[in-house]
Amino acid sequence: MSKVMEHHGVVIVGGGPAGLAAAIAAYEAGQHDVLVLERDVQLGGILNQCIHNGFGLHTFKEELTGPEYAARFIQKAQELDIACRLGTMVLDISPERVVTTVSAADGIRTIAADAVVLAMGCRERPRGALATPGYRPAGVYSAGTAQRLVNIEGQMPGREVVILGSGDIGLIMARRMTLEGAHVVCVAEVMPYSGGLKRNIVQCLDDFGIPLLLSHTVVDVEGKDRVEAVSIAEVDERMRPIPGTEVRYPCDTLMLSVGLLPENELSRAAGVELSPVTRGPIVDQSLQTSIPGVFACGNVLHVHDLVDFVSQEAAEAGAQAAHFSMAKDAQDGAAERGVPVVATDGVRYTVPSFVDPQKMADKLTVRFRVANEYCDRYVSVYYDDERVQHRKKRVMAPGEMEQVVLKREDLLAREGLAQITVKLEEE
Amino acid sequence: MATEIRELICINCPMGCPLTVTLEDGEVVSVTGNTCPRGDAYGRKEVTNPRRIVTTTVPVVGSKTEHMVSVKTKTDIPKDKIFDVVFALKEVKAQAPLEIGDVVLANVAGTGVDVIATKRA
Ligand SMILES: Cc1cc2nc3c(=O)[nH]c(=O)nc-3n(C[C@H](O)[C@H](O)[C@H](O)COP(=O)(O)OP(=O)(O)OC[C@H]3O[C@@H](n4cnc5c(N)ncnc54)[C@H](O)[C@@H]3O)c2cc1C
Ligand code: SF4
Repeated sequence: MSKVMEHHGVVIVGGGPAGLAAAIAAYEAGQHDVLVLERDVQLGGILNQCIHNGFGLHTFKEELTGPEYAARFIQKAQELDIACRLGTMVLDISPERVVTTVSAADGIRTIAADAVVLAMGCRERPRGALATPGYRPAGVYSAGTAQRLVNIEGQMPGREVVILGSGDIGLIMARRMTLEGAHVVCVAEVMPYSGGLKRNIVQCLDDFGIPLLLSHTVVDVEGKDRVEAVSIAEVDERMRPIPGTEVRYPCDTLMLSVGLLPENELSRAAGVELSPVTRGPIVDQSLQTSIPGVFACGNVLHVHDLVDFVSQEAAEAGAQAAHFSMAKDAQDGAAERGVPVVATDGVRYTVPSFVDPQKMADKLTVRFRVANEYCDRYVSVYYDDERVQHRKKRVMAPGEMEQVVLKREDLLAREGLAQITVKLEEE
Repeated sequence: MATEIRELICINCPMGCPLTVTLEDGEVVSVTGNTCPRGDAYGRKEVTNPRRIVTTTVPVVGSKTEHMVSVKTKTDIPKDKIFDVVFALKEVKAQAPLEIGDVVLANVAGTGVDVIATKRA
């Protein structure tokens, strides 16, 4: 038992786009002892199954497919000779940053880390979200599972398909199934608007004449062993099905695209404080969680729809983790959380939730999502009672992430600042 | 003279402006509803020559890691050829090793566009 525990400067949990960008940035910030832990047998995360184009428009000014976007970061990590341990699942992270892993090759191992970056991504909301009575026959898939079956395994989940939920994965799968020869009967969405990107509605539904039924939901699933039909009804403003509006659609497959949840079992067990809104860690300007030296980025922090923003955010987390790991003396003090950023009046949440003006960079991007579809609203930032930003946006929707930029000099100029508020205003 | 009116959504930015394109005898005479010139250009192209990049997968033989390899048309192809492209690819089995950008099927469905691998296999 006298073996010395394995030790690394920055340990990154997850080798998707967030983990890769964090690893590269940590290396470039001067910390060369970086280790990436990935449970899958390959790097790239969810991008491996996202074979459609539309990635990297902001970063590379071209439309890449998911695997191509991932490959650019994988190659960069290889050029820097960053250690990546595949087939290695992280089981536990302690508040002292001891990471426990398991793999077929090495069994159980413990690794001490000066800094940890959480980059575990997200998972789909389970089908329990489908509040229908009756059996649970075969043929009900989450859209992401179906995507993996078709694109990685080369198997077709079914031939007559109804999709519930118009998030991007549902829209992308409507097109994918159509191209593979299936018939997509319709996409039903309980909200009066789609949570997906406009370009996906046009290119995945309109191009193929697939109807999008807004304010509709599945009220019944028929079939004992295999789905035989689903019934869809219109809903009222309070999202209750309206009696008499049911229509029965024969089908063999029901796909659910009802949202994503950050994958935070590990964070929770480590004692990281989580936000009830994003379900991800509450972080400060350095993307540091409530545990000093533990940082978070990508979909584990809050669900992103554009991978470019994941990469940007993760690069920041990686660099901050590197600084933390190299500034040993600054470590482990009680985390000073800085000025709280409050989201209100149509702004659902902000990342980060705290800003320490002393420690922030010259400019800090605060990302947020709005609660509803809005036209001609102003995005306002208040420092205490003083309005410092007021910018009109023609259209905002919950499906698209928004941002404001805070300047360090402005914050430093206001000594004793107690609260930063981000909200929407009509004028 | 035949007048046709087409309703579209501009997809060039998150604004998603609703466009109304008016055609006379197949010629675009006006685009309205756009907020910026990109919407005008999109509307004209979308009704006269809509094009798309097609992405799909084909089986791959001889790869240690993959059963399927993801592919795309190297550039966009006419929208009405999407299914021709997909059908042409149904016959294709790719041979490993493959690098990103390797041609999997040249001049797919007579479009003059190659289909290339988007993943190593
Ligand atoms: C279907 C779909 C379509 C999308 N389309 C687009 C698009 O068109 N354009 C665009 O820009 N963006 C798109 N996105 C968004 C973008 O792909 C994601 O936001 C991005 O991939 C998130 O990156 P991530 O690294 O945070 O998570 P992931 O890619 O999910 O990576 C997380 C990684 O962590 C690993 N992991 C998790 N837990 C553990 C553990 N305990 N131990 C070890 N490893 C672990 C996982 O195996 C995984 O590899 C899409 C997303 C989806 C799901
Ligand atoms: S017309 Fe201009 S502003 Fe409107 S969606 Fe298109 S690109 Fe955006």
